[in-house]
Order: sequence, then structure tokens, then C-alpha cells
Amino acid sequence: MVESMPGVKQRPLMRAVVYVPLILTAIYFLLPLIVMLLTSVKTMDEIRAGNLLSLPATLTFEPWAKAWDKMGGTFTNSFMIVVPAVAISTAVGAFNGFVLTKWRFRGSELLFGMLLVGCFIPFQVILLPMARTLGLLGLAGTTGGLILVHVIYGLAFTTLFFRNFYVAVPDELVKAARIDGAGFFTIFWRIILPLSGPIIVVSVIWQFTQIWNDFLFGVVYSSGETQPITVALNNLVNTSTGVKEYNVDMAAALLAALPTLVVYILAGKHFVAGLTAGAVKG
Amino acid sequence: MSALTIRNVKKSFGNTHILKGINLSIEAGRFLTLVGPSGCGKSTLLNIIAGLESPSSGEILIGDRNVNQLSPKDRDIAMVFQSYALYPNMNVRKNILFGLEIRKVPKAEQAAIVDRIARMLQIENLLDRKPAQLSGGQRQRVAMGRALARDPKLFLFDEPLSNLDAKLRVSMRAEIKQLHQRLKTTIVYVTHDQIEAMTLGDYIAVLNNGEVQQFGTPDAIYNDPANRFVADFIGSPPMNFIPCEVVGSSSQGFGVKMTHEGGDFVLEASGDLKPWLGKHVVLGIRPEQITHVVTSRLDERGVSGHACPVHLCEPTGPDTLVTTSINQTKVLARVRPDTAGTPGQSMDLMFDMNKAVFFDPTTGERLRFQLLKAA
Repeated sequence: MVESMPGVKQRPLMRAVVYVPLILTAIYFLLPLIVMLLTSVKTMDEIRAGNLLSLPATLTFEPWAKAWDKMGGTFTNSFMIVVPAVAISTAVGAFNGFVLTKWRFRGSELLFGMLLVGCFIPFQVILLPMARTLGLLGLAGTTGGLILVHVIYGLAFTTLFFRNFYVAVPDELVKAARIDGAGFFTIFWRIILPLSGPIIVVSVIWQFTQIWNDFLFGVVYSSGETQPITVALNNLVNTSTGVKEYNVDMAAALLAALPTLVVYILAGKHFVAGLTAGAVKG
Repeated sequence: MSALTIRNVKKSFGNTHILKGINLSIEAGRFLTLVGPSGCGKSTLLNIIAGLESPSSGEILIGDRNVNQLSPKDRDIAMVFQSYALYPNMNVRKNILFGLEIRKVPKAEQAAIVDRIARMLQIENLLDRKPAQLSGGQRQRVAMGRALARDPKLFLFDEPLSNLDAKLRVSMRAEIKQLHQRLKTTIVYVTHDQIEAMTLGDYIAVLNNGEVQQFGTPDAIYNDPANRFVADFIGSPPMNFIPCEVVGSSSQGFGVKMTHEGGDFVLEASGDLKPWLGKHVVLGIRPEQITHVVTSRLDERGVSGHACPVHLCEPTGPDTLVTTSINQTKVLARVRPDTAGTPGQSMDLMFDMNKAVFFDPTTGERLRFQLLKAA
């Protein structure tokens, strides 16, 4: 960037004009995270002393241990929900995308249009009908029920991702495979899926983040033992009995945010690459 | 026995008629090119032969077997695509073997086939590469190798050279022709390039608007076009079409009247144009039949020289294309470079009417006349 702006490179003043606001903005955005981190390793006494930004006088990991104690179970719950939900919605999305682009049928465009509407339905609207449906299916309050809700809600997005990716894959590839004797599933499994790496990454990150961070479905459709971590965090922070343990709250919040952070750090750069991936060069 | 028969094949989407009753047939071992402008239905026809699309009506026979109800894999065909359609995730060897693997050909046989094809196409050193690591010409070869691997009854080529640069296209064209001469396979080859159609085909079918305009040998298509469309489409630079009036000529035959800014002259026709005497026709004459004057040829029948105004000279190297204007129509002549005139002045051009053809000015159909006996 600097090379492409020779004026900036030459004049230190111009440089400062660019960098100072950038650094300030970065600090502004990082500040909440820093406060949370600092608070989570301080003792309650020190927190009560009042300086949010001061470094901890005595470093303690007790709040983290306490938070894990209270939330560890729901951490596992969330994984039990997220992993199958992400896997199923991504797999079905890939399959849908394949059919909608390479195996079109009468009305497939209309079907895709209707699926797209799914992206715009607010969560609140389906709360009651979905509760009734889960009840009828005998899945109310179960992990399976939550997985089902997330899969259904995620399908619109994953289908959109894969459909748009496969539109750019040349149809001739499928024709060639058909002449070579490959059938529907062989083409999907041997030809199309191996090309889908970038868009699978996109779908997994998107779905993981969405489902992990979901609160509304979690609070409505889960019962005590199947609670996801977001609901547990809310319950922890919102307790009105006893002393408010800010350090534990912060540690718990960080704990709840950690997996999405890790996923994004590990695969984030593939996310952008996958979204902008163009046609597959044959 | 015919290797491929297409009987009255039609294809419509609602009121859009892509193919309006195609009839074609070729014997085993022949090379058929389907040529036409984009949107003429040639690719649709190829897809119907392959079984990738189904016809609205009509029959496809490969050998003597009706394949209408067979899926592509059961038709004993192979196809080479414009985009090559190599499987990007597989290396060259796997690309070639994919069809054999699906058909459960024994491993030892597969290895032998890859060896044979790699040697034939000189791609032995590329077998372990992915398609992305190959150049356009190499991909083209691999695509042909994949088609050859199964040794099918019928090869289909869908504009296989369109994505190559001009020079490579010419050399690959020659290779395809050589391969055909060696293997004696039956090939249907779709192209929009009339030169490819002429150089490769034993037979050419010229398509336009979903109809076969003419089906014949390259020689017949070039020298004896069925209508103005074929005459115009085949040949580069294209045939000149000069609207003109039929008149009686000096030697009791018939001629067509030519007018340009320098005056009038009559070109004597070799046919009996009596039914059209006094009416308007369109004269079709190819640029190479309008040349510089060769004095020794002037007393041949149907050959005459006339001074024409030169509007433009385009040297191509071996010839120079001279543009003149007759009957308010642009006319191209192909002359030896050193004889080309100067724009703004006039030069003598020699018209050879022996291969000239005539078309109906409204329908564009070819007008056929009895040859007049030599006087």
C-alpha cells in the first residue's frame, strides 16, 4: 500500500496523518477485549478499587477455573450442537447447490428463489411454529431438536453459497463425466466435491459462527442439560443473587467467544478467498 | 453401412424451434463437420447425438442401433469439449482413465491403454501433472486422449480449437486430421470456423436457423453452393454478390449488365438465362475469379477484361485484395500484388464467369440453368 502512495512515503507528516487515526481506531476496537482480559485475571478486591485499565497487581486464574466450573458442561453442549449442525447443513447445502446448478429440473429456479427467502426470515417469526413442530416430533428440549432447527435455518445460506460457487464450474465438466459413464452421485463425489474446498471453508466458518453465537433458539428450545454456552453465559451474568463476580463473568464471556475466534484465526484468510473464488480453471 | 444416421430430428423449446427437421447420414470412418454461425443449432445437434439433450422428435441411429432412449454412457461415444472439461482435481493419467475406471476395465488393461495413448499423443511426460499445470495445446491433447481411451464407435468434437491461439489452432487442426487418417474413426466435428470445416471434413453440413442448408463434400459446398447463405458463409474473403439485370449478349447467349462510375459492360454467362431475361438476379462470383488480366486467357469462353475503378488495396502477401464498386455494390478482386492499381484510378480486371453462380434476389435460392452449347 505504501509503495502505491509515493507521496505518503516521502513525507513523514502525511504518514502520521494516515497511521495515527489507524492506530487509534485499532486501540478503540481492542479496548473492550483488553478490559475483559485484564478484569478476568484480577481479584475482586482489585476490581472494586476501580481502575479498569490498570494491570493486575496479583495475577489470578481462579476466575477462569470458576467460570469453567460453571460453564464447562455447556461448552460441551454447544459443541454437541454445533458440530453436527454445521456438518449436516454444509453437506446438504453442497448437495442442493449441485442439483440446482448441474442437474436442473423444471421449477428449480423457483425453488432456489423460495429457498433464498429463508435467508430473510427473522428468527422470532418461526419461534412458535417451530416449538410446535419440535413438540410433535418429540424433539422438544433435546440436542437433536436444536440441531434440526439450526440445520433448517442454515440451509438457505449454505445452499446459496454452494449454488453460487457451482454456477461458475463449467457444465461441460458434468457432461464429460456423464459421457465417461459417471452417474449422479459419482459426479458429485468424485468431480464436484473435490473442487469445493474454498466454499466448504466459507460455509463451515459461517455456520459455526452463527450457530455457536446463537442465543434465541438456544434459550427457547433447550432445557437445563442441553443448554448451549450462550444461554449459560446469560444465566451466569444475569444472576441477581449474591455478589457480582465481574472477573468470573469476563472469563466466562471470553470462554464463550473463544471457539469462534479460533476458527476465524485459523481459517479466516480462506474465508475471503472462498467468497471471491471464481471459475474453476480446467 | 452408415455409422451415424440422423432422421428428421427436431428440437423446440415452446415456440422457439432450435432444430427444424435435420436429416444427415455418414458412413463409418468418415469425418463430418457441422458448421454454421452461432445460434444455428449445431451444438444442440451434437448434444442430441451425445444424448446430453433429447430431441423433441426424430431418431438418432449409431451404427444400426436406435439410441434415442440410451443415456450418453451407453451410446459408445466420446466427446471433446471446447473448454476441454478436464477434471481439475485429477492428474492427466487419472483424467484419461476415469471412464475406464467407471466401466471397471481391468487395471492391467488400463495401464496398457494409457501407455499407448500417451505415446500416440506425445504426452508421456505430462501424465502426473494436473490440468492447471498444462498449456492450452497440452490440455487439448489430454482431452483427445481421454476420448481415445475408450475406443468408441463415434467421436464428437465440440469446437475443440476455439480456445487456442491462431498458430496453435492451425497445427492442432493438422494433428486432428492426421489422427483421423491414421485411426479411421468416425468423427462429428462442430465448428463455426469455415476454414476448419473445409480442411477437416470429408463431408460438411452447413447449418443455419436450425436447418441444414447444404450437405456435401467440401468441393461441392465451395463450388456448387445450394443458396446464397452457403455461398456467403464458406470462403474467405467471402463471395461477391452483385445484383444485376439479365440481358442478351452479343454472341446470342445471355449476360448480366454491370455498371460502375466508368461506364457499363456485360459479363457473358455460360448458362441459358432465358427465363430471367430482363429480370434481376444476383450474380455470385468469388474474389479469386476476378483477377488481374492474363492476356493469354482472354479468348477463353466466359473470360473477359474490364477497366474498373480501384477504391481500396489490401495486400495480404501472396495476393492483394482490390476493392471496386459495381452496381453500387462493393466487389473484391484478388490480384497479383505487382498488378494492383492505385486507389482513385482504374485498373483492368479479368472476370472468369465459368464458376459464377446466380441467386434469386428475393429468396436467395440458387438459380440453376442449362449450360449453353459452345457457339
